[in-house]
Amino acid sequence: MAQTITTTTTEQYNYAIVRRFTIMAIVWGVLGMLAGVYIASELAWPALNFDIPALTFGRLRPVHTTLVIFGFGGGALFATSYYVVQRTCQARLYSDGLATFTFWGWNIAVGAAALSYMMGYTQAREYAEMVWPIDLLIAVTWVAYLWIYVQTLRRRSQPHIYVANWFYISFILATAILHIFNNWAVPVSLFSLSSYSWHAGVQDAMTQWWYGHNAVGFFLTAAFLGMMYYFVPKQAGRPIYSYRLSIIHFWALIFLYMWVGTHHLHWTAIPDWTSTLAATFSILLLMPSWGGMINGIMTLSGAWEKLRTDPVMRFLITALAFYGMSTFEGPMMSLKSVNALSHYTDWTIGHVHSGALGWVAMVSMGSLYHLVPRLWDTKMYSDRLIALHFWFATVGIVLYISAMWVAGIGQGLILRAFDDYGNLLYTFVESVSFLYMPYVVRALGGALFMVGAVIMAYNFYMTARQGRREQAELEAKLAAKLANA
Amino acid sequence: MRHEHIETNAGLLIVLVLIVISIGGLVEIVPLYFIEGTIEKVEVAGRETIRPYTPLEIRGRDIYMREGCYLCHSQMVRPFRDEMLRYGHYSLAAESQYDHPFQWGSKRTGPDLARVGGKYSNQWHTQHLVAPRSVVPESIMPNYPWLLENRLDFSDIQQRMKALATVGVPYSLTSDEYEANVKRFGKETADLLDINRGQENLIAQARSGNYDGNSSDITEMDALVAYLQMLGTMVDFRQFDEGYFAEFR
Repeated sequence: MAQTITTTTTEQYNYAIVRRFTIMAIVWGVLGMLAGVYIASELAWPALNFDIPALTFGRLRPVHTTLVIFGFGGGALFATSYYVVQRTCQARLYSDGLATFTFWGWNIAVGAAALSYMMGYTQAREYAEMVWPIDLLIAVTWVAYLWIYVQTLRRRSQPHIYVANWFYISFILATAILHIFNNWAVPVSLFSLSSYSWHAGVQDAMTQWWYGHNAVGFFLTAAFLGMMYYFVPKQAGRPIYSYRLSIIHFWALIFLYMWVGTHHLHWTAIPDWTSTLAATFSILLLMPSWGGMINGIMTLSGAWEKLRTDPVMRFLITALAFYGMSTFEGPMMSLKSVNALSHYTDWTIGHVHSGALGWVAMVSMGSLYHLVPRLWDTKMYSDRLIALHFWFATVGIVLYISAMWVAGIGQGLILRAFDDYGNLLYTFVESVSFLYMPYVVRALGGALFMVGAVIMAYNFYMTARQGRREQAELEAKLAAKLANA
Repeated sequence: MRHEHIETNAGLLIVLVLIVISIGGLVEIVPLYFIEGTIEKVEVAGRETIRPYTPLEIRGRDIYMREGCYLCHSQMVRPFRDEMLRYGHYSLAAESQYDHPFQWGSKRTGPDLARVGGKYSNQWHTQHLVAPRSVVPESIMPNYPWLLENRLDFSDIQQRMKALATVGVPYSLTSDEYEANVKRFGKETADLLDINRGQENLIAQARSGNYDGNSSDITEMDALVAYLQMLGTMVDFRQFDEGYFAEFR
């Protein structure tokens, strides 16, 4: 009986592609976090650069960001979006072959990007460092992804497109636009990996941060809200708190995000009108962001006891709490007067990580804990390890962001301190010495978070093994019965 | 409820999403190409003083990007008193008008470099890049000893200049373009921007500058130090009235 159910689900849905993306998300995630902990340690103990070009901070930092954003985040998004679109449309994913192509295209791009940075090939634009052939591979993969997604939506047996899919589709469309326009470049020659970007100076800065902030806005926010809109109600066993709120905050969020990139360029040579517009829209953005947070957290109303009993729920709700916190911190930092102090300091790094670890990683991990037992048709190997992972992750994040607040605000204040005669009180390098302790604590926080992720990977491995063993036992029993009959 | 139309029609949903997400970018990016005054006019005696990079500086900048310097050093002095005391005059948009891509950076783990040119000797830079803690004990910068060991690859310098010319940097290939550069920047600079003389100019600058203190080889150090020594030196702010640049902001 159980076997017939499994076979029908495999026919009804393409789970194989979801499993493969899930595995790669975890592989890239652990590697990316390892790179993160390593570069964090290099800042505390520069001897770790070892005079080896491929290991220096400048080359490893894009390895870290690419692996965690595009490898881990991207992998989790491919996996969950392929799962959610099938479940909510009650239709099998369009074209197994094309889906497999997106798997190879995406993961080869991520791996090749990481290796190429270590070898010194980069476009030198933050979060868009991939050289032009990799950019082309990503563009082709992404168009295939969009095509699969739209074709699957068209196969749906429900008249309505579920809210999670609005977020996923807006993320796919926006990422396509951002990637294509931001990476416009002229290669040195057909056989050279070097290229020079189409835009220059002011326009290049504007385009890059329009891309950069919307990598946050769409890749790391809208898409993960899509994830939240499926997995939070599923795990809670309750419907979404407010349908109306989801409509309003969806349209407001995707409209407003596109305006705010220039808050990364306050007080620079960019014309003031763009940065004022960006600051204004950043403040407005607080409302749809909190709309999403409220809609997610309130879905749990009437089932709050799950926070005590269900460690997976704890991941999802803590993620929403961090989302609320960092979407409050963001608009505050986009105020020009605050930005004057915070910009160029570690406060920004802390802010990114309260979003990236607290929101993006926590909501992904919660969703994967929901997803993995269903993909391998079994129960999680250990709930206690999930609870343990939760505490490693949470304590790690708190250490990380507190250290960065101290580092960022401290450095900002040190650099603008004057003595009674109006001279600068400190040299630059004195601010660097000050950063030592915060950098040690930050590396520790990151390491704790990474250990949590390794615990998760172990738990998933054991779960998959258990699923396969149960499957084999069932098949053996069935074969024995058939032989006896 | 009208939203039902959108959520039951995938095509409509996609079109509306595309419209909604396009507005912000269009309003903020496109005008920057057309509004006059976005980039300051910096002319002295009818000649533009901000010039494209010399062939050696291009390669130096390539190395700056390769090593990810932009991840710890900004090139953008903001108009604050502490920054002007520490680094110098705030950065102009015009100063990065030939930067493909821009290197303003987003983090200062090390100091801003927009005006580092001329502040330290070539010898200091070389020593500092090879072993930063030998000159600044508290520094956390990695050592870059290979810059001194690697010979500079400039075999494709003319290709690079051509690619940069394609994206709008006024390097000259034809004699008309060269003449235009003479009018715009003066003869001395126009000679440096001639693609046909790219390799020859690169070698000449590395030989005469001898940035790495080793005159026999042209190393990556030569190129990087040449680039650093040029940063922020193209505008002589004494030539302009106080408040002239503020009008552009």
